[in-house]
Amino acid sequence: MRGHRGRSSTARAVMGLVAGVVSVAALFVCPAAALAQEETEAVPADSLPPLGPPTAVTATDTPNDRGYSINVTWELSDGEETGRVTSYRVYRSAHPETGFVFAGRAWPGNAEYRDGGAPENAPTYYRVSATDETGAESFSATSEPAVALPAWFNRDRVNVMIAVIIFVAAIIYFVTAARRGKDLFIRRLAGLDEVDNAVGRATEMGKPILYISGLSTVSDVATIAAINILGEVAKKTAEYNTRLIVPCADPIVMAVEQEVVKEAYAKVGRPESYNEDDVFYLTRSQFAYVAGVNGIMVRQRPATILYMGMFYAESLVLAETGASVGSIQIAGTDAVTQLPFFITSCDYTLIGEELYAASAYLSREPVLLGGLKGQDTLKMLIAITIIITTVVATLASVGVIQYDFMTPFLETQ
Amino acid sequence: MRRRVPLTLCFIAGLFMAVQYFIPHHNVAAAYERLLLWLQTLLAFAFLLGTVSLIRVHYHKVRDRAPDRGFSIVMFVGLFLMIGLGFFHPSHHAPGSPFNRMFLYVQVPIEATMFSLLAFYIASAAFRAFRARTLEATLLLVAAAIVMLGRVPIGDMISARIPEATRWILEVPNLAAKRGIMIGVGLGMMATALKIMLGIERAWMGGGD
Repeated sequence: MRGHRGRSSTARAVMGLVAGVVSVAALFVCPAAALAQEETEAVPADSLPPLGPPTAVTATDTPNDRGYSINVTWELSDGEETGRVTSYRVYRSAHPETGFVFAGRAWPGNAEYRDGGAPENAPTYYRVSATDETGAESFSATSEPAVALPAWFNRDRVNVMIAVIIFVAAIIYFVTAARRGKDLFIRRLAGLDEVDNAVGRATEMGKPILYISGLSTVSDVATIAAINILGEVAKKTAEYNTRLIVPCADPIVMAVEQEVVKEAYAKVGRPESYNEDDVFYLTRSQFAYVAGVNGIMVRQRPATILYMGMFYAESLVLAETGASVGSIQIAGTDAVTQLPFFITSCDYTLIGEELYAASAYLSREPVLLGGLKGQDTLKMLIAITIIITTVVATLASVGVIQYDFMTPFLETQ
Repeated sequence: MRRRVPLTLCFIAGLFMAVQYFIPHHNVAAAYERLLLWLQTLLAFAFLLGTVSLIRVHYHKVRDRAPDRGFSIVMFVGLFLMIGLGFFHPSHHAPGSPFNRMFLYVQVPIEATMFSLLAFYIASAAFRAFRARTLEATLLLVAAAIVMLGRVPIGDMISARIPEATRWILEVPNLAAKRGIMIGVGLGMMATALKIMLGIERAWMGGGD
């Protein structure tokens, strides 16, 4: 049996080899043959009939745009069938008969062009020509005029706006309810519960706490969340009189974090404990920053390390070094690709949205907790919408309900 | 007043950034682009702040004879050498110039060395993650083994179902979890932005009223 299968596969291999050689040879032989035939039967280009022009040229203002843009469409030239069209050239003018200037080019097979250089608020006419291999152009009739107008509202984003309005309303409702004294339940986050213990541990051991707010800039919301958490952590370290070291990878983040830590120390009545040299700039370079922070870990041996914010490939190098020096490590990031590394190497990890909840959770301020409840409400609405649309789409796909009903929901805007 | 001014500025800038998302008009787009330019200008000045901070911290270490001041001296040598070569050497950007050589043959290899450490750390982290002590860790181990095998030719040679299983793991449970996290992250970002704009979240100013 094994021998038979062996022969069979050998035969198949030989056939495959022959087929391969024939195909490769055909690649060279066939074009050569075709070329030879073409040479004998070639028709001079200037004796060919002219291309049929593009027809039904229409010009319309581009919807939901910043202005200066008109969409031009046409029906393809009959030269497409013989493959003679090399391009379509689009011309614009302020007058229907004269003054047409070149606006742009579309490749064969394309029947539309977006002119991004149209004058604003003025009627503009278009002509489209089909160009052949000799460069000869065959012009369409002039289109009806179109006026490029800038839009004051992007209608494609209505759905986003509705979601934002619901979200803002939910947050404002829960913040107001919290202000009135309503008790709001927030689920337990083990990583944040551990912050108090981690600060206490550092105090007992007489070792510092290292706070790393990621490599991103202050325009990243994750960095802002990290800065918010730093404020709460700094209050606790100030209360326990524990050293807090904050190496920064961005100078603007450093300036903000210096102020945040300084204010936090002042707020708990220990402004003299704040040391400006403990919140400092290291470098923007990713792995130079890693080298600097790893050096601090190995030399200072911090009792606790907090990683909060946006991290990239450096996450595992940092977290593994932290683990090797025996620190308690708490991480929080919204970088989905780095989460597995933190989960593996750290004692506690805040996953995604928990990073944004941390400041409210740590401060326990009712108004901030109200924001969290608003967030949860919209998340529940999204989950319900996903379940309903999944059920409806499934029913539609098996024909239980009419498919057209789902079409507007399934179409991508 | 000390708090009201930054809060008002923050509200106006935040509101503009939110509203411009819905308004494509070229005037609004131009204002948005102008704001981004300001941010870049601000960043250029901020680097000066960073350099001053770096020099001050390490100067204090050298002055106070800190135990690890040797590293600070190395930092000063590197910093001033590169500044000197950059400012005072003609055509410092040209290939073969001392500045260029220092960058290509000192900084780049050092950074590459740091990056290459990642391979060793991935091995040690994987060893820890794949110890099948709990049901979750066992599931992780099995999933990881299938995905790793499905990504290399030997997986396909063992069975054609392994690459299929890999694709299913990545495209169904893995993608569902990622999307779940990303929905939460999106809402968290919006909530944080809104709380800062409305002045509910003030920790970025050091907290307080």
